[in-house]
Amino acid sequence: MQRFSGFGLAKHALSHHENWQRMWRNPTPKKEYDVIIVGGGGHGLATAYYLAKEHGITNVAVIEKGWLGGGNTARNTTIVRSNYLWDEAAHLYEHSMKLWEGLSQDLNYNVMFSSRGVYHLCHTLHDLREGERLVHANLLNGIPNEMLDKDQVAREIPALNCGKNARYPVMGATVQRRGGVARHDAVAWGFARGADALGVDLIQQTEVIGFRQSNGVIEGVETTRGFIAAPVVGCVTAGNSGVMAQQAGFRLPLESHPLQALVSEPIKPVLDCVVMSNHVHGYVSQSDKGDLVIGAGIDGYNGYGQRGSYNTIEHTLSAIVEMFPVFSRVRMNRQWGGIVDTCPDACPIISATPVKGLFFNCGWGTGGFKATPGSGNVFAATLAKREAHPLAKPFSMDRFYSGALIDEHGAAGVAH
Amino acid sequence: MSTVSSKKSASRKVAQSNRLTRGGRINRNKPLKFSYNGKTYEGFEGDTLASALLANGVDIIGRSFKYSRPRGIFAAGAEEPNAIMQLGATEATQIPNVRATQQELFDGLVSNSVNGWPNADTDLMSYIGKAGGKMMPPGFYYKTFMYPESMWMTYEKYIRKAAGLGRAPAEWDPDTYDKMNHHCDVLVVGAGPAGLMAALTAARAGARVIIADEQQEFGGSLLHSADTIGGLPAAEWVKGIVTELQRYEDVLLLSRATVNGYHDHNFLTIHERRTDHLTDRAPLNMSRQRMHKVRAEWVILATGAHERPLVYANNDVPGNMLASAVSTYIRRYGVVPGNKLVLMTTNDDAYQTALDWKLAGRDVVAIVDTRANPTGALIEEARKLGIRLIPGSAVIDVEGGKRVHGAVCCSIDATGSKVTSGKEVLTCDTIASSGGWSPVVHLSCHTGSRPVWNDEIIGFVPGAAKEQRLCAGAVHGVYGLGKVLEDGVNAAQQAVAALKLNQPEVELPSTFEPVKSPAMALFYVPHVKPVSRAPKQFVDLQNDVTAGGIALATREGFESIEHVKRYTAMGFGTDQGKLGNINGMAIAAMTMGKTIAETGTTIFRPNYTPVTFGAVAGRDAGHLFDVKRFTAMHKWHVEQGAEFEDVGQWKRPWYYPKAGESMHDAVNRESKAVRDSVGILDASTLGKIDIQGPGAREFLNRIYTNAWAKLDVGKCRYGLMCHEDGMVFDDGVTSCLGDNHFLMTTTTGGAAGVMEWLELWHQTEWPELEVYFTSVTDHWSTLTISGPNSRKLLAELTSDIDLDKDTFKFMDWRAGTVAGVPARVFRISFTGELSYEINVQANYGLHVWEKLFEHGAKYNLTPYGTETMHVLRAEKGFIIVGQDTDGSVTPFDLNMGWAVGKNKPFSFLGQRGMQREDCVRDNRKQLVGLKCSDSSVVLPEGAQLVDNPKHPVPVPMLGHVTSSYYSPNLGHGVAMALIKGGLSRMGDKVYAPLRDGRVIEAEICSSVFLDPKGERQNV
Ligand SMILES: Cc1cc2nc3c(=O)[nH]c(=O)nc-3n(C[C@H](O)[C@H](O)[C@H](O)COP(=O)(O)OP(=O)(O)OC[C@H]3O[C@@H](n4cnc5c(N)ncnc54)[C@H](O)[C@@H]3O)c2cc1C
Repeated sequence: MQRFSGFGLAKHALSHHENWQRMWRNPTPKKEYDVIIVGGGGHGLATAYYLAKEHGITNVAVIEKGWLGGGNTARNTTIVRSNYLWDEAAHLYEHSMKLWEGLSQDLNYNVMFSSRGVYHLCHTLHDLREGERLVHANLLNGIPNEMLDKDQVAREIPALNCGKNARYPVMGATVQRRGGVARHDAVAWGFARGADALGVDLIQQTEVIGFRQSNGVIEGVETTRGFIAAPVVGCVTAGNSGVMAQQAGFRLPLESHPLQALVSEPIKPVLDCVVMSNHVHGYVSQSDKGDLVIGAGIDGYNGYGQRGSYNTIEHTLSAIVEMFPVFSRVRMNRQWGGIVDTCPDACPIISATPVKGLFFNCGWGTGGFKATPGSGNVFAATLAKREAHPLAKPFSMDRFYSGALIDEHGAAGVAH
Repeated sequence: MSTVSSKKSASRKVAQSNRLTRGGRINRNKPLKFSYNGKTYEGFEGDTLASALLANGVDIIGRSFKYSRPRGIFAAGAEEPNAIMQLGATEATQIPNVRATQQELFDGLVSNSVNGWPNADTDLMSYIGKAGGKMMPPGFYYKTFMYPESMWMTYEKYIRKAAGLGRAPAEWDPDTYDKMNHHCDVLVVGAGPAGLMAALTAARAGARVIIADEQQEFGGSLLHSADTIGGLPAAEWVKGIVTELQRYEDVLLLSRATVNGYHDHNFLTIHERRTDHLTDRAPLNMSRQRMHKVRAEWVILATGAHERPLVYANNDVPGNMLASAVSTYIRRYGVVPGNKLVLMTTNDDAYQTALDWKLAGRDVVAIVDTRANPTGALIEEARKLGIRLIPGSAVIDVEGGKRVHGAVCCSIDATGSKVTSGKEVLTCDTIASSGGWSPVVHLSCHTGSRPVWNDEIIGFVPGAAKEQRLCAGAVHGVYGLGKVLEDGVNAAQQAVAALKLNQPEVELPSTFEPVKSPAMALFYVPHVKPVSRAPKQFVDLQNDVTAGGIALATREGFESIEHVKRYTAMGFGTDQGKLGNINGMAIAAMTMGKTIAETGTTIFRPNYTPVTFGAVAGRDAGHLFDVKRFTAMHKWHVEQGAEFEDVGQWKRPWYYPKAGESMHDAVNRESKAVRDSVGILDASTLGKIDIQGPGAREFLNRIYTNAWAKLDVGKCRYGLMCHEDGMVFDDGVTSCLGDNHFLMTTTTGGAAGVMEWLELWHQTEWPELEVYFTSVTDHWSTLTISGPNSRKLLAELTSDIDLDKDTFKFMDWRAGTVAGVPARVFRISFTGELSYEINVQANYGLHVWEKLFEHGAKYNLTPYGTETMHVLRAEKGFIIVGQDTDGSVTPFDLNMGWAVGKNKPFSFLGQRGMQREDCVRDNRKQLVGLKCSDSSVVLPEGAQLVDNPKHPVPVPMLGHVTSSYYSPNLGHGVAMALIKGGLSRMGDKVYAPLRDGRVIEAEICSSVFLDPKGERQNV
């Protein structure tokens, strides 16, 4: 793999950038692989990368129906944090957070992980109480998190309306200073490049349309380019996972919903952190290019169309204008939607399935971008050993039968 | 002073050097002053900011985003990539990123360029851009700034400094915004020739029509066209049509109104700017902008086409412009943006620009036609005027830095793929280019319809309609004025037929159609050097995306057009690639050896042009962000100086501090008053749902965990509600008002959710039960008097309710009169004291409340707020759902198994869920009480509890403190907590390690701290 560096850029400038290598090959699928990953989003690509890098399994294909990283990976608002409430979730997301810290170097690709701080605003006594609970739980789990009073919030986020005249005045906030944002495309491309360099075949524009199995054991996948065999298949298809499970002959407790986001036109820096409010229901950060990146909750209905309803956009923007009255004259440039796979307990499913050799990693819903490296890492271990990684174990699909749910609705809050 | 004014008049003299003395749709009798970068200029009514700047000879209007190159005005409409301005005369009225080409001029307009330091003319950043430009190919930032890890945040700080175009105001928006809803039969988008004919046809048929156009005037391309229609100059013809349309009652004409989004089910939004052309800040009592939300039976897109510029080296130097834009400035605004023109074109249409320029009395140096053998009416006309024509050639490069000095012209081969001759440099100051037309397919894309490449018109046209959508005119590749007018009529006739209206009489006016020769498909002008080595050939001017950048992207394996877009940032600007995208896609296809149809296009999404946040939010911001709900006694609470707490949408009194009292003092006083004598709580906010019907009782049986079969009229019962998973989500008391009639109370915050829950289960699962739900929360005021003297107090105000303790028992209710008004009195208690909840019609609430105080003075009747309510209920171990529960708690976890019916004939919601293996485990978190070893300490709510605070991180946690208060009645803190296996750990010590470093020791105990036998309420 060609190493990237500032020096390299200078050198390539001299040769008019004509000698940059391809980021990844465009291989013809082989007849058989040791492992097939269905879905070339961030999670699928990370899985492939760690399979090759940490488990030495390189005869791997990632099969993507569209273009790499074109699903929710390309559509999300890139908030990264690990301040989840319950132990199981906190440890999983923290595992991911630790991988973020150092990911650019590991991949030799700048994913622009920017730990600029993620603030969760508290507007009611209830919010404050939940904030305290979260901060205390995080600290005992070894995850730094802080509680700020409203004066501190006002000082740290000058553009925010912290006045008493707000409909729901800000009473305080929690802040995870290591949290922040990353460049979504770079994450997909960095993992893709890394996986390709280790020998993984990245197969784009190829859809998996069925799972071949005999006697409950997986044999491979049917695709739009024919059958491809593998004794182990990992399905990482986010909003399409319910459909994929049906193809494999079982059901998942997932609902697929549109989730929308929008950006303003690029403006000069006014906000240097991520601000989220469950109560007023919206969140915002500012990209390095200057766009305000904004989102809120899911559209209430189920669907697979990658767009949502206008009323959600209206609610989202009134929340943003309510929190940041100085943004009222700023203009919205573009909106879009992705399909998110939400679970009853707002936690993912990383699990073996009734089909032997077939594993699913899904249900990340509105907040899986932050988990990309961690999810790939534990899923790779799970596929390599055909047995759940310890951090993945609590997220098995059995929990919906046993009742051992991990209810993260509180931490998931306004999504993300 | 005198120097300033003389300077001004001097600048006014050179001002408007590019203004023609005649022509255009401007009012030369109405001069308007405006400022740009601190200098004052003059324009005329009818100008845009762009036309006025061009009239004044302003070349540089900003610096480019990445390379800081000087840029000038390039286009004349929504597709403008460069002329992005900061507007606003005051801090509060700043608007970032206004396109000068779409901003009408008004007197006193203040504008500034958004990039460039110290200013756009001399920008020091450009030296970095020049020096570093070679090192900044697309995606360069992914390849560097990585080492060492700790440095990225520092690098990022500098990268961010260069971010953004304009800036947000620092003060709050003084303006207001509206929304309106409409339904119509036909929405016509665009009021050019196609749209006008469509609207006219639909209007004559009697359809309800809305026609919207983003410009200030209807007419679209006709406003600057040289054509005649029906013997009239085009603009005159437009006037006639508009006059007729205005006569129809059912036709709504919206100008300055951009259809910015096209959503499912023919729902479209229109962003109307009502005052941006008048003043900086909207006039008093007028909203600045308005969003129209339209449901249309049929939509006719008549959005026209944007001209495509050509891509050649240094095509961004000020003086490079779109050909049609040059014509627009000349014909519509009476402005010639230069002296010596070179026109490069692939088609006949653009010849008009050279003709216009020539007729304006300025010099056309040459027309460079990429076609070897152009013939046609306009070409003949140009020849007749003596204009030099250079066929089979192209402008491959530009000389000049801050303004074009020369066009480097070479001949090219027939396919436009290589340069075939040496160069001739044509001295000029303006290069207009035309690569043909790109239909404005944006809105049709919003609905998920992928555009389709059409070789014949060399452009993408809308794909198959996903909605009741029709197209008219250039938007789907129909060109030629006569055909466009006819196409507008046809589209409307289709809609009229579908609407089952009578087809009206419409005759097509006569037009003159010049004979044209075929256009050439050319998306990239070859240079003598290959793409990677040629000087920068810009594709997307706003984002500094070059042909070389696109080629690099595909070389690096970014082969999907979406990858190309994302890697290069092409089309990500505020113009969303209106000018550059098609060229960029074609160049990507070319470098990969594919066709444009194979490569495809990226998807356009709303908004067509940017929309003000405030306009989308409308009035639902500020104090109207969410309704505020007040009880009937609110005024009284305010007068008493209550502090309020937000609970759901309600403003509830939190506590009533007396002069000099802290919150702690007030709560202590209130809490003691209740236990010692009597207190009063405004409990009106609790949700109340009236449930009636023969199925009501059975419905309650299924929805609550406990049994309702035997609740008699006159009785009340507490119940828990669980979701299917067996976890508690609401609670409250439900009373039997009649055999088939119940009144349910819910938590304040949960009321709406419970109502939806009931309806959901009734409508989707148990429709066979005849039962009706009505929310009556607002209909009743609930006045809770609580304390040993509450009966005495109530007795003074009622004569028809027997309050005897043995006839009106705990958990009974009675109807009667209280303070002279009809009332329902419930003997239930959330404090553990003798309590009555008096419900009266809300209108009487304040009256009864005041009467209670008249009589209550002798008992020291004390109003108490939610904080005291919490203290009192916690002393008794009563739960608050949402505080002591969190969606992971079963009734058994709450030690409330008594509220779960064991023998209900039908199942109930949650039964199966709470029986799952994990839900019946021993060491589940269970609700218990906590007493601190140091009785002066009050545990903070949210504190986590552990067995061993010295355990290294991660420390295993037992659970957390859900409720905690100082109890003045007991003289120590009382707390409740969810603790693993807590119910079987009574007497154990646990520890709360706090974030401030303290560790608090506490003992697990019963959660009932006061009056465990419940004697106080049974008196
Ligand atoms: C608007 C929005 C905002 C969000 N914001 C945040 C945020 O701020 N922070 C955060 O942490 N998370 C956020 N998320 C969630 C996050 O985007 C997702 O959880 C995460 O990206 C999921 O990654 P993935 O790789 O599993 O899914 P995807 O990126 O969706 O990848 C799944 C891939 O599977 C492919 N696929 C599906 N079916 C098949 C098939 N049959 N054959 C082949 N390929 C198939 C798809 O094409 C897709 O590329 C947001 C999501 C959205 C939509």
